[in-house]
Amino acid sequence: MNHDSLMALMMGVVVVLILASTIGGILSAQLKDGPSRSVVENLNARIWAWWVMVILLGLAFLWGRTGVTLLFAVCSFNALREFITLTNARRADHWMLAAVFFVVLPLQYYLVFTDWYGFYTVLVPVYVFLLMPVISALRGESKDFLIRVAEVQWAAMVTIYFVSHVPALLSLNIPGFEGQNIQLVAFLIIVVQASDVLQYIWSKLLGKHKMAPRLSPAKTIEGFVGGVASATVLGACLWWVTPFTFFQAGVMSLVIALMGFFGGLVLSAIKRDRGVKDWGDVITGHGGFIDRLDSIIFAAPIFFHLTRYWWHV
Amino acid sequence: MRLLAYLVAYLIIGFARFITAVRGNWRDEPPRDEQTIYFANHTSNGDFILIWAVLPPRLRWKTRPVAAADYWLTSPARSYIGRQVINAVLIDRRPEARDRDPVDQMVEALDGGSSLIIFPEGRRNDTGETLLPFKTGIYHVAKKRPGIRFVPVWIDNLNRALPRGEIIPIPYICTCTFGAAIRLTDGESKEQFLTRAQEAVLALAPNIGEAADEP
Repeated sequence: MNHDSLMALMMGVVVVLILASTIGGILSAQLKDGPSRSVVENLNARIWAWWVMVILLGLAFLWGRTGVTLLFAVCSFNALREFITLTNARRADHWMLAAVFFVVLPLQYYLVFTDWYGFYTVLVPVYVFLLMPVISALRGESKDFLIRVAEVQWAAMVTIYFVSHVPALLSLNIPGFEGQNIQLVAFLIIVVQASDVLQYIWSKLLGKHKMAPRLSPAKTIEGFVGGVASATVLGACLWWVTPFTFFQAGVMSLVIALMGFFGGLVLSAIKRDRGVKDWGDVITGHGGFIDRLDSIIFAAPIFFHLTRYWWHV
Repeated sequence: MRLLAYLVAYLIIGFARFITAVRGNWRDEPPRDEQTIYFANHTSNGDFILIWAVLPPRLRWKTRPVAAADYWLTSPARSYIGRQVINAVLIDRRPEARDRDPVDQMVEALDGGSSLIIFPEGRRNDTGETLLPFKTGIYHVAKKRPGIRFVPVWIDNLNRALPRGEIIPIPYICTCTFGAAIRLTDGESKEQFLTRAQEAVLALAPNIGEAADEP
């Protein structure tokens, strides 16, 4: 097992964070007061939260498969709670929700951990889809029934099923890449999050034309193009941690960045519909878990299946 | 024994945080190191645990919930938690059965230096109304100890996490919103004070359906 590439990758991330913290510190020291003050404070809060997230990820990587699986199970739990809080679920759904939180979520991650591919890919889309509405129907409350079960199904798909595709990457069997699958996880997370951050930076620097003003006012065409393009280049330059060639890594990164953007857009639309700005306030400066996971939710399953189809034996 | 009680208290608070990720929102003023009666809406038996969980520890251990003796003394486990762990002021809600006046019990606890958590609706609200009319107890306490500070609290979502009669709690994000303190003013009537207190709690309830426009 060779961890040199992973080590180098994490060191690179730490260097970027040190750089970001330094810039944040300088900005904060120069600005006395005024309207940009809160922007800088928010920026620094975000950078601190990034440190925490990177350290947690690093510890999970050190612990290996168990650590990564547990970390994303915890993320799923928090994301599911944020999602369910914004739904129309009511008293009659109590047992359905108990089953989703305390049976489906642990089971999904257990199946991923034990690499039971044939079961974990159908657990939520087939079994949960069919059985959960039965539990609610037995309580006999028909008001908004379709809305309620559809919301819970969405919650389970988005916060459990798709997120679990991140640790599922660890079970892929790629010839010549044995024992290095954690690097696929690192690659996915770095490209997705870099794309988010780069879109934000390009948008702040050059952003003029709003992309979806009613859904996500911060997104601009300049930010989208610049962010996706630079994340693609970054991802291609990280080909050495993956089983891909330089060109393949670039294509994968383009797909990851695009899906990540779509994830942010769709989950923003849900927030907007429910009249909230953030999914929660757990991560200072960022909002809730889903605010940080939204792009991973859309990118992870596609990245998983593309890699599985072409590289897995 | 005291140590065990602390341990149980932290276990209960830890479990409440695990389920609800509860956050205290001190909307109008920060928590103050002053004797206070926190009064809140009542939808679940876990209500005071959430308020307790979000109070700063230095205030938490001298804040006692006012709770129903006819609930908390019905089993040995409840009785231990009620008496030893949360050190509740246990009042009997049935006038015909009690030998002590609840108002006197609350005043006695205040004179002992404690802060109080009280649910003036008098019972868990599962009616679908936002808030039930307040019982008169808080007015009588205010009358006997004028100048005492009353802080309104709105507890959100716990009724969804743990509805009356359910055993398994569902994880929902819960919040405790604290408003500006009110005090009984000179010459204020019972009705005026109770109306003002109810409005102070209602003002903290989220307006369902009102969407934020700005990101």
